[in-house]
Amino acid sequence: MATRFTKSMARNIFFGGSLFFFLLFLALTFDTNQKLPKRDNSQNLTASVIHGKKLWETNNCIGCHTLLGEGAYFAPELGNVYKRRGPDFIKAWIKSQPTGVPGRRQMPQFNFTEQELNDLVEFLKYTSEINTNNWPPNIEG
Amino acid sequence: MQYQSQAVAKPYFIAAIALFVGQIIFGLIMGLQYVMGDFLFPEIPFNVARMVHTNLLIVWLLFGFMGATYYLIPEESETELFSPKLAIITFWVFLAAGVATVLGYLLVPYASLAKFTGNDLLATMGREFLEQPLPTKVGIVVVVLSFIFNVVMTMLKGRKTAISLVLVLGLVGLAVFFLFSFYNPHNLVKDKYYWWWVVHLWVEGVWELILGAILAFVLIKVTGVDREVVEKWLYVIITMTLITGIIGTGHHYYWIGAPAYWQVWGSVFSALEPIPFFMLTIFAFNMVNKRRREHPNKAATLWALGTGVMAFLGAGVWGFMHTLAPVNYYTHGTQLTAAHGHMAFYGAYAMVVLTIISYAMPILRGRAANSNKAQVVEMWSFWLMTVAMVFITLFLTAAGVLQTWLQRISTTPMSFMATQDSVAIFYWMREVSGVVFLIGLIVYITSFFIKGETKAS
Repeated sequence: MATRFTKSMARNIFFGGSLFFFLLFLALTFDTNQKLPKRDNSQNLTASVIHGKKLWETNNCIGCHTLLGEGAYFAPELGNVYKRRGPDFIKAWIKSQPTGVPGRRQMPQFNFTEQELNDLVEFLKYTSEINTNNWPPNIEG
Repeated sequence: MQYQSQAVAKPYFIAAIALFVGQIIFGLIMGLQYVMGDFLFPEIPFNVARMVHTNLLIVWLLFGFMGATYYLIPEESETELFSPKLAIITFWVFLAAGVATVLGYLLVPYASLAKFTGNDLLATMGREFLEQPLPTKVGIVVVVLSFIFNVVMTMLKGRKTAISLVLVLGLVGLAVFFLFSFYNPHNLVKDKYYWWWVVHLWVEGVWELILGAILAFVLIKVTGVDREVVEKWLYVIITMTLITGIIGTGHHYYWIGAPAYWQVWGSVFSALEPIPFFMLTIFAFNMVNKRRREHPNKAATLWALGTGVMAFLGAGVWGFMHTLAPVNYYTHGTQLTAAHGHMAFYGAYAMVVLTIISYAMPILRGRAANSNKAQVVEMWSFWLMTVAMVFITLFLTAAGVLQTWLQRISTTPMSFMATQDSVAIFYWMREVSGVVFLIGLIVYITSFFIKGETKAS
């Protein structure tokens, strides 16, 4: 019965295996953090971008839109919207909401100041310059 | 009921079911907004409905996990709960916090909610699934810690089984990884990177430990199979879960700014993630086939088997479908993600909570099992909800495949909204399936009120 697979063997494999792969994950995370500065566009994290990110969060934009493919799937991807539409269109679009067209999906009016609109656009510009391994596949997001 | 203190599980289960109803109602609202864009606008904009839908899901599952734990820990430890009073206090705290948070979402503009609740002190809000105001997040930590304290103290004074050890490991992991929700760096890439330490390491990591432990407990009870066999299976399954799932986090790191090597790590390891779910299915059917007793609660056995199958399909198969980097490049952030999310959450987590409720609730109400009549109704609800979820998933998959084609692969890509209009028929069919799901849920609740001949426990 030397080959019998017992519960305590299973337990030991569980603890050993999980620990090993968690440490491997930490090592990969460490390496990722070393490599990020070349990819994450953090040199452009200005005060304006930081404020834009906060506006992005406190208005729950992720509740309808995706950003780099993550979020809700109700409204367009915004990770590359700066490249798709440009700064002026983005501001004009936000200002003109909601469209009120019957039956169409509606975006709320957030009453942003001009400064806030600029900060949001700066945030979207910063996001569009992150190295995402060429995602999304085309400009439509 | 073997131990008096197991009774604290009951309010947890009732709250879980009540919040489940809320979740489904908001799901139907969102589903309708997909095709009638201005439905309930501006009273309940889509983003608010979605927050309520996903946050209620998380909260009701947590209520379910806690109720399950309070039910099974005294029985596993063969001793009364350390403090039933603490369990009841945390129940009310958690319920009040949950209800207040949802009301906050519904009644206050999100930006104002952020301002009033101290988001300027520590900005944690406005990230998917982690939308809760700071006080709610702190409340979750306090409640979960006091809950774990109560459970560990109970275990320490009694028998220590593999099931309770795995369960507690899962709960501790849940608490530890939730702490990353307080880390929100300005750097968007790092923000996203560690956001997944909550989201992925919960649902494809430590939550699976909780799932496995609950399922193992119910299977021992309804089949009478030897504990040694069940617990060995449990260890093997969760070993595979963590071996594949931890590095499998990499499948979220393909396109968010992390190094390209994650495409290899993530693809290889997440391709293996269906294995533990497949083993879970084999496990459940094996135990039921080898059963040594005929437990009168047939409905609980059905839920347990259903959990295995649906978790494998939803998490395993539908996850695998779009997890390889070359596929995910085209499908990332489409309705395919939504399809996978729906069936995986229902199949793995909603169903395991319904399994333990199905097993434990009759006992908490003083009988081994419900009357045959009540069980038949409950089994109808099983099929209604499960089949409805299969169709929701299929329709979202169809929408997702078309969306991927029209918007991402086609040589003349269409815009997001033009694509949405083209796939609207599938959103309508999804909404009809959603209504069937709600009917199933109503039938489920009805089953609790059906009398009839019952056996004493």
